[in-house]
Amino acid sequence: MLEIKNLHARIAEDGTEIIRGLDLTVKAGEVAAIMGPNGSGKSTLSYILAGREDYEVTEGDILYNGESILDLDPAERAAKGVFLAFQYPMEIPGVATMEFLKVALNSLRKARGQDPLKIPEFMKLVKDAAGSLEMNLDMLKRPLNVGFSGGEKKRAEILQMKLLEPKLCVLDETDSGLDIDALKVVADGVNALRAPDRAMVVITHYQRLLEYIVPDSVHILSAGKVVKSGDKSLALELEQNGYAGVIGKAA
Amino acid sequence: MNMHTETQLTPAESALADAFAKRLSDLPGDEAVTLQRDAAMQILKRGLPTRKVESWHYTDLRRLLNVVPDFDRTGAPEAVPVLIDGSLRMVVANGRAEAVKAPEGVTVDRYSKLLPKGELSGGLATYDGDDTVGAINTALVSDGYSIAVADGAEIEQPIELQNVHDGGQSHTRLAITVGKGAKVTFVERQTGKGAALVSSVGSLKIADGADVRYVILQEQPDDVSHLGQFQAEIAEKANLSLFIMNVGGKLVRQEVRVEMPGEGGHFELRGVNLLAGTTHNDVTMVLDHSAPDTTSTELIRNIVTDKAHGVFQGQIRVAREAQKTDAKMSCNTLVLSDEGEFSVKPELEIFADDVACGHGATVAEIDHAHLFYLMARGIPEKEARGLLVKAFLAEVIEELDDETLVAVLEQRLEDWFEQHG
Ligand SMILES: Nc1ncnc2c1ncn2[C@@H]1O[C@H](COP(=O)(O)OP(=O)(O)OP(=O)(O)O)[C@@H](O)[C@H]1O
Ligand SMILES: [Mg+2]
Repeated sequence: MLEIKNLHARIAEDGTEIIRGLDLTVKAGEVAAIMGPNGSGKSTLSYILAGREDYEVTEGDILYNGESILDLDPAERAAKGVFLAFQYPMEIPGVATMEFLKVALNSLRKARGQDPLKIPEFMKLVKDAAGSLEMNLDMLKRPLNVGFSGGEKKRAEILQMKLLEPKLCVLDETDSGLDIDALKVVADGVNALRAPDRAMVVITHYQRLLEYIVPDSVHILSAGKVVKSGDKSLALELEQNGYAGVIGKAA
Repeated sequence: MNMHTETQLTPAESALADAFAKRLSDLPGDEAVTLQRDAAMQILKRGLPTRKVESWHYTDLRRLLNVVPDFDRTGAPEAVPVLIDGSLRMVVANGRAEAVKAPEGVTVDRYSKLLPKGELSGGLATYDGDDTVGAINTALVSDGYSIAVADGAEIEQPIELQNVHDGGQSHTRLAITVGKGAKVTFVERQTGKGAALVSSVGSLKIADGADVRYVILQEQPDDVSHLGQFQAEIAEKANLSLFIMNVGGKLVRQEVRVEMPGEGGHFELRGVNLLAGTTHNDVTMVLDHSAPDTTSTELIRNIVTDKAHGVFQGQIRVAREAQKTDAKMSCNTLVLSDEGEFSVKPELEIFADDVACGHGATVAEIDHAHLFYLMARGIPEKEARGLLVKAFLAEVIEELDDETLVAVLEQRLEDWFEQHG
């Protein structure tokens, strides 16, 4: 479903190379975990997948269902089913959360050839999704993410993911900032979305999340490329030996 | 020293001179004529202001007002649907006021009936030599309305004053008095079809304890020069909420001159300027806090795209006796194009020592991170930008505690963005 081939990318503004020859393949139905030290390029990779303009791909390609998506803008990628749950969801004052959800959902429906949802259907959808994530609906009356706590923002990201039903979900440190109970609720939400036609890329620093969302593969990113891949035992190995030990062995 | 000779007049200045002369010959000789003649001479002697005149520094009228079309009273411009359903509509078409039946508690006279009698002539006086908008209007005014709202009257039905044209020139005046404790909403519409020079002066005297909402919606086509002046005097414990939306016109100067001589008076200005094409749009406010305990807030939000140029000049003067004045002014601009421009000049002149006054101004572009976030959720770029523009204006528009008004203004914004975003 997702094939990243020899990807090189740099910061558009100053030309600093961040991604340096990255290869990664994720099949439909697969959950791939990405781990790696701070600053290794995990978030950058997630932004590049979503189409953020601040980064420039200089070499290599990203194939999604066999087709390159490099020329598509973020909205076009989202329409094709790419979704990024942000490590740091942005606060957007003045944009009402409900209005945002409605516009986003109906934009995707339009792109997929479906009719816009009627208000009551939309409300029910949001209410059910929020309920399953134990989210307070009052929060959604506020401007988008404004004043949400760290954990609330992460839940709101998963709420969006549930509503938009993407095919490729990239979760960037969705576990950070969540308390233990919230982690379970969010992980259940993610697991409920696991499907044979859906792939997930789960970026995390902690083995704990991978106990709830059990990955099919684990990849270690270091200095902008995947330096080691394995199954879920690789995460355990990391937990015991740290990056120094594991990456040292790989090198 | 008089350095001006006729040979120095620009074509626009000569056209104005011709128009003045024609107008003057139409009038019977009385006090009003004297005022009109003085105003005409003011323009003729000084010419139109250039950027050397301080209050016109960002709007070089001499350069920008480069065509003045002839009067053309042959057409019959159509009135437009009212902004708020159920409003009482009063229409001035091509500078001619239609007869109206006023609701209970309101008296209405046509200005053209009062003008020859010399009544209300005092209202024709200009502020000073640089008051070009006032002078042009005084010299050329042909009609308009004089409206009086009775003491204690609570007028539920909004009164909508439409100044419409179908090209040519139109010079209109509205003189309004609102009695003690009265409550009323006015909507002023400035619109039309075809190239025109429009001047419109509205004066509003608000008596003790009265509460007035006044909305100005300027939607001239892009070949119209529009010179507007709004004057208000707010008496003791009276309240004025003024909302101005400029969305059109080639050259627009909208002046706001508010005096607060009554203790405990309150004034609110909310302004939205949506500027596209090559429009030059100038909102200039002079506000006098001259009594103790007067409060005011001024919040201006601008969207600028294409090669449009916007200006906001806000001068707040606090007199020595106006202790405990509280005045807050801010002007924020979102620029959507490389060539869009906005100039801001805030000025506080404070002679009292126990006051709380402040101002702030920002000019920014759309936040790219915000845009990325919205697009990453499948919202196409144009729509995402639209959401952010609407968000930027939300504070000013949504604050109006009138749902119908909020809805129609939001619609205006959406239409504008659809076309220019
Ligand atoms: N827009 C940018 N401007 C400057 N530096 C950037 C930018 N984006 C990324 N970087 C740099 O690129 C490197 C990779 O950053 P990235 O956020 O991808 O790391 P990460 O693996 O997600 O780290 P963490 O685990 O801390 O979240 C860092 O050194 C970061 O400072
Ligand atoms: Mg990161």
